[in-house]
Amino acid sequence: MTTLDVPARHLSGDIDRPRGGAMAALVRHSVALARRSLIKTVRTPEALIDVTIQPVIFLLLFTYLFGGAIAAGDRGAYLQFLLPGLLAQSLALGGIALGQNLNADIEKGVFDRFRSLPVARSAPLIGAVAADVVRYLTVCVFMLGFGTLMGFRVETGFVPAVAAVALSIGFGLCFCWISVWVGMLVRTPGAVQGVMFLLIFPLSFGSNVFVQTDTLPGWLQAFVQVNPITPLVSTIRGLLIEGPVAHNLTITLAWMAGLLVVFVPLALRAYARRA
Amino acid sequence: MSDLVVRAEGLRKRFGKTQALDGVDLAMRRGTVLGVLGPNGAGKTTAVRVLATLLRPDEGYAEVAGIDVLKQPARVRRRIGLTGQYASVDEDLTGTQNLVLIGQLLDLTTRDAKKRAAELLEWFDLAEAANRRAKTYSGGMRRRLDLAASLVGHPEVIFLDEPTTGLDPAKREDMWGVVRTQVTQGASVLLTTQYLEEADALADEIVVIDHGRVIAHDSPDGLKRRVGGLTLHVRPADPARVPDVMRILDAVAAPGTAASADTAAGARPGAVSVPVAEDTALDHAVPALRRAGVELVDLGLHLPSLDEVFHALTEGTPHSKESELV
Repeated sequence: MTTLDVPARHLSGDIDRPRGGAMAALVRHSVALARRSLIKTVRTPEALIDVTIQPVIFLLLFTYLFGGAIAAGDRGAYLQFLLPGLLAQSLALGGIALGQNLNADIEKGVFDRFRSLPVARSAPLIGAVAADVVRYLTVCVFMLGFGTLMGFRVETGFVPAVAAVALSIGFGLCFCWISVWVGMLVRTPGAVQGVMFLLIFPLSFGSNVFVQTDTLPGWLQAFVQVNPITPLVSTIRGLLIEGPVAHNLTITLAWMAGLLVVFVPLALRAYARRA
Repeated sequence: MSDLVVRAEGLRKRFGKTQALDGVDLAMRRGTVLGVLGPNGAGKTTAVRVLATLLRPDEGYAEVAGIDVLKQPARVRRRIGLTGQYASVDEDLTGTQNLVLIGQLLDLTTRDAKKRAAELLEWFDLAEAANRRAKTYSGGMRRRLDLAASLVGHPEVIFLDEPTTGLDPAKREDMWGVVRTQVTQGASVLLTTQYLEEADALADEIVVIDHGRVIAHDSPDGLKRRVGGLTLHVRPADPARVPDVMRILDAVAAPGTAASADTAAGARPGAVSVPVAEDTALDHAVPALRRAGVELVDLGLHLPSLDEVFHALTEGTPHSKESELV
């Protein structure tokens, strides 16, 4: 080992003030940490199965196995109905890995280092969530791409379709904070998955993802009406196929805001407490 | 500016039924190495986590670089480097990426962060592995990268939690060299260890912790005096020569002590130990053994083990409840 020449310890100006102010620092640190997550994503492509192959399997399964029975033989029409719904389900499931990864990072001690640095408490979580954009975009590309091969057609136009993808990614980014919170609370990555499945399957099956709501018994219809997945699916259907959008979009945006207001503080608090 | 760069008073922390810290006081002078010595579960790691702003104590006061750890953790974080007990490098990132990320989080420009990363990788003999994923590194390389990560920001105070646990002896000495260099460059180092040998090699002062309490704070020499100092250990090739060896070693024994054949449980018979006052005893013992024609298979000067330190420090005082229960 050679000796190290020692640069000045005070690297730039006031050591106690983050470069460019607190807000600029939060953005910069979050971007640096998001980049870390992206590098990890690129290095482990097998970790993308849940946003690539898995949604496609659901699409194949429901279209060809159940589709004929559900839609009285008209699989093509069922695919048009199903794909926007499965997109919503896949986005919700796609957030699980985030909570699992954060849980593993904490167990390994990687986050101890971040927490010993002059970085806002929220930066590691915000960075990790921001990097998840890539996964949600992947879900949309795979679903729409593979769906098109199976015969799915966007009936509206390019702009509404882009809006549907943007809304999907936005919803994914809000919904995944539940997974982040669970990831802070439970002890193992496996437990994150267990808890999230318990939450997501009632939400995705107890909705308008797979069947028309009016085929359901009354009590289940009541649940479907208050389920946040329902207005999301209706909005995506409206944007990709046809139908009114404004009302359901408003409800969906309200749910997204609600998810952030509730689960971001819960996740940050749980993160701060987890020593 | 105060001469004390780390000061803690009455730190208490409880996890469920375990009182991890039970009123710990610490003081470290600027530009020195403080060794925190203790067995597993003594509270060493908890104390480090409190000082490094990772954990809030239930009670007590702590100050690092003259700043209140509880009131202004962000300012403390700009002045410390932490290397935890388990190498916390990111396995999917390369050595360079690991260090650049830390630099960016310390508000270096990307250019400066890259420069600093290259400099540290070079210094830690990791330049060739700089663009390999940390996953492919050996245990020693990961430790070095982890240590490098804690030095990115030129910290004033460096916390090392058992930095050499699991390293082979050669790597351990490399690590000691790094610590010494940091101190000559003006940093202060607080390191925890389970090895008296390590504390003796590095620390200006040693704090011994057991069951969440400080049971001694002394210089290494002072501690050794209290514990009983060094032991010379000799194993002749021919066990029949043990009486001769005992006679020769008696001549170098510390005042009031005598050589004894090793009879401790688990020890292989045929060796002789003698407490000695200082390491010059070797200069007398080795020629005398050679003159007597004793062939040796093992010869060594040993510090007391951590067990012996604890035994000596807690002797005469009623030991804790936990030990009585066992």
